[in-house]
Amino acid sequence: MMIINLMGLLLIALIVWWFWLYKPSNVVDASTENITIIVNNGIYQPSRIKVVPGKKTTLQFLRKDAISCAATVLFPDFDISEELPLEAKKSVMLPAMSAGEYLFHCPMKMYTGTLIVE
Amino acid sequence: MSKLAKNTVQTASQELIIDGASCASCVGKIEKALRAVAGVESAAMNFALRTAQVTGDVEADSLIKAVESIGYNAKSTNEASDDELLDEKEIADEKYYSSLLKQMWLALGLGIPLMIYSLAGGPMTVDTTLERIVWLFIGMMCLGIMYFAGKHFYLGAWKSFINHSANMDTLIALGTGTAWIYSMIVVFFPLALPEMARHVYFEATAMIIGLINLGLALEVKAKGRTSEAIKRLLGLQAKTARVVRAIDGKEQEIDIAIADVSLNDIVRVRPGEKISVDGIVVQGRTSIDESMLTGEPMPVEKSENDEVVAGTLNKSGSILFKATRVGKDTALAHIINMVKRAQNSKPPIGRLADVISGYFVPVIMIIAIVSALAWLNFGPDPALAFAVVSATTVLIIACPCALGLATPMSVMVGVGKAAEAGVLIRNGEALQSASKITAMVLDKTGTITAGAPSITDIIITDKAYSENDLLTLAASIESGSEHPLAEAIVDSALEQGIALESVSDFHAITGQGVQATIKGQQLLFGNQKLMLSNKVALNDSVAKAQQLADEAKTPMYLAIDKKLAAIIAVSDPIKEDSVSAIKRLQANGIRVVMLTGDNSATAHAVAKKVGINEVFADVMPEDKANKVAELQAQGEIVGMTGDGINDAPALALANVGFAIGTGTDVAIESADITLMRGSLHGLADAIAISKATLRNIKQNLFGAFIYNVAGVPFAAGVLYPFFGLLLNPVIAGAAMAFSSLTVVSNANRLRLFKPKDH
Repeated sequence: MMIINLMGLLLIALIVWWFWLYKPSNVVDASTENITIIVNNGIYQPSRIKVVPGKKTTLQFLRKDAISCAATVLFPDFDISEELPLEAKKSVMLPAMSAGEYLFHCPMKMYTGTLIVE
Repeated sequence: MSKLAKNTVQTASQELIIDGASCASCVGKIEKALRAVAGVESAAMNFALRTAQVTGDVEADSLIKAVESIGYNAKSTNEASDDELLDEKEIADEKYYSSLLKQMWLALGLGIPLMIYSLAGGPMTVDTTLERIVWLFIGMMCLGIMYFAGKHFYLGAWKSFINHSANMDTLIALGTGTAWIYSMIVVFFPLALPEMARHVYFEATAMIIGLINLGLALEVKAKGRTSEAIKRLLGLQAKTARVVRAIDGKEQEIDIAIADVSLNDIVRVRPGEKISVDGIVVQGRTSIDESMLTGEPMPVEKSENDEVVAGTLNKSGSILFKATRVGKDTALAHIINMVKRAQNSKPPIGRLADVISGYFVPVIMIIAIVSALAWLNFGPDPALAFAVVSATTVLIIACPCALGLATPMSVMVGVGKAAEAGVLIRNGEALQSASKITAMVLDKTGTITAGAPSITDIIITDKAYSENDLLTLAASIESGSEHPLAEAIVDSALEQGIALESVSDFHAITGQGVQATIKGQQLLFGNQKLMLSNKVALNDSVAKAQQLADEAKTPMYLAIDKKLAAIIAVSDPIKEDSVSAIKRLQANGIRVVMLTGDNSATAHAVAKKVGINEVFADVMPEDKANKVAELQAQGEIVGMTGDGINDAPALALANVGFAIGTGTDVAIESADITLMRGSLHGLADAIAISKATLRNIKQNLFGAFIYNVAGVPFAAGVLYPFFGLLLNPVIAGAAMAFSSLTVVSNANRLRLFKPKDH
């Protein structure tokens, strides 16, 4: 029983680490390549996107998930909300941004991504 | 946004849809034409898809022109019109709905018979070899259902997991996965488990997948209804326009697509037709129904030089108008854009739910583990089976969706409802603040009154001048001023056919009036302050002026060479329904205050007529904001209503700034809330809708919180020690599926809301 309890506690520690403490490092640089963010299976792919401060940016979205939440992407810091058509690319123009991290997500926050401006 | 996409230079790649390319050899031609456009770095056409990818700093318009110049048609993929997008969305939603229903029937096809068998007392245990074979077969069928009807949950859960995030899919996948894996262990290794724990839960897996698909399907339907307001607005847009074009040197009227109407085109509108773009009438008279935009039921008379707005309905006459705003620049397009943006913005009340939903799923996973451990350590036999059931039920019953949906669904419906009533709400924050307003500041001119003053009295005090002379002088001097009262005087003079004199040394003295010289005579025209500071004797004229002011008229003194010559009174009629609208606000417990630059006597007379007790009169334009601040310092949540132009600082400082448009001329971008019609009833409507929406959000949030706070511990088995109650995972699945549907349905209730009749 002791072993099972320890395993349970270890599992809890893993959950805390995996979902909250771990900081993913895979950032895609949108300033050097044209990227398309695929909206499918509960995630934006890529979901961490680097852009240059002080410059307008265009991000392309391609939605493959029919779930209604995925149909809208919000950039709350810039008051932008865009409808994403299914199976068709949609460009979203972002204004020049100052350095920092900005979230973008679907209305229910099932899909979340981060813009890293640096 | 698509306006931005159209007009702004793009640095990323863009896609064009090419029409008319019928042979593969066209590809080279089109690519060559695209590459020839300045700024294009690369251009590649996909013949199969009829699309071209172009990279480089270049506007979509130049690319389209280049393709058109060689005989093909092109459009940017960003330029699909809003109603095309909505149509596509509806088709996609319909497809998604039917695929969810298919998946539901597939899952319930196995789940329901198993469930009935189990409820009828059929053994769900594995003791004999035959039972093992039968259950193995059912387990494999269940696996098939997990693949065909639940693949999206498992894929979503896995993709999110490797991306360090978790969502509803994670919980469903873990819950159903746990139940299935445990059941398969029972089938394969029954002897490894205590006899009482040899129970299979395939019915739970199948039923949960079926029920959640059903919940999602119903949600798709219900959500479709929340975008009705936008659909209605998009439906107002005419599809074609009849324009006057010179063809072969002859002017002809031809029907063209709305997208092809250019600025300054002359457009013909016949009775019963919609106005296609914004413009100014150049010929004809008619009455136009603007109710769809302003909520104002009475048709508006239009003749030459009057503005007409896209989406409104021409009732009686045939007119020609000149297009002044087309495409994405029309007032209707701006309104649609604003409503869409506002529908997706969140009021501050929703932020807590956002924060919670960010941590929700991992917390539920932890609770499930703790619950399983508690059963294993302290539970009765079969502890292992109890542990599996409780962990599965906790994972399944928890519903992050209800929390996530609570606010956005209500905002979506509330903002749409407001738009139907001619009230444009900028964002969620404005919506929330409007529901809390305790004091409403109303500007007098143009807000309480019609904003169209006219001369009512000319009292001559110097008999050397005739009424005509005095009006000529007053109108000439005021012709340089932009004050609404000045316009009234100039208009009166022009109507009487008076020719204005040329004016020199013109000075406007803020808050007092104007001074100027005409034909060597020094003129002063303004209020008592102006006369006193220039030492003009007023004598008994003050009493006459006071009497005019008591009648809600604005008296102005005209002095010629420092001698009083006349008192000219101007009056701005009070809007018909201002009195009832103000009563409505006061009945809601809102303190109504009038703010005006007009003199105190006139202001009080108007206030008395409309039933306002508090008046700030003689307020300089720059002091309006200070008055708002004064009220805020008294602890009031202040709404400020003005025309959106000279009240800008006060509108900005107020907790909620209301711009009052008169149907067409809306300063949509300047205020938190724009009233499309001139009536003050829009204020009470806006506040009523905001309150109803906030109430709806609170119900949703409360429901979602309570559901999770009560449901999760119940699922974990906290009631078992006291009442022997443990939740069945299938019931948990049903509860979860319907909890988010409840939220959407409650938000849909808002569609039935009606602001009080007036």
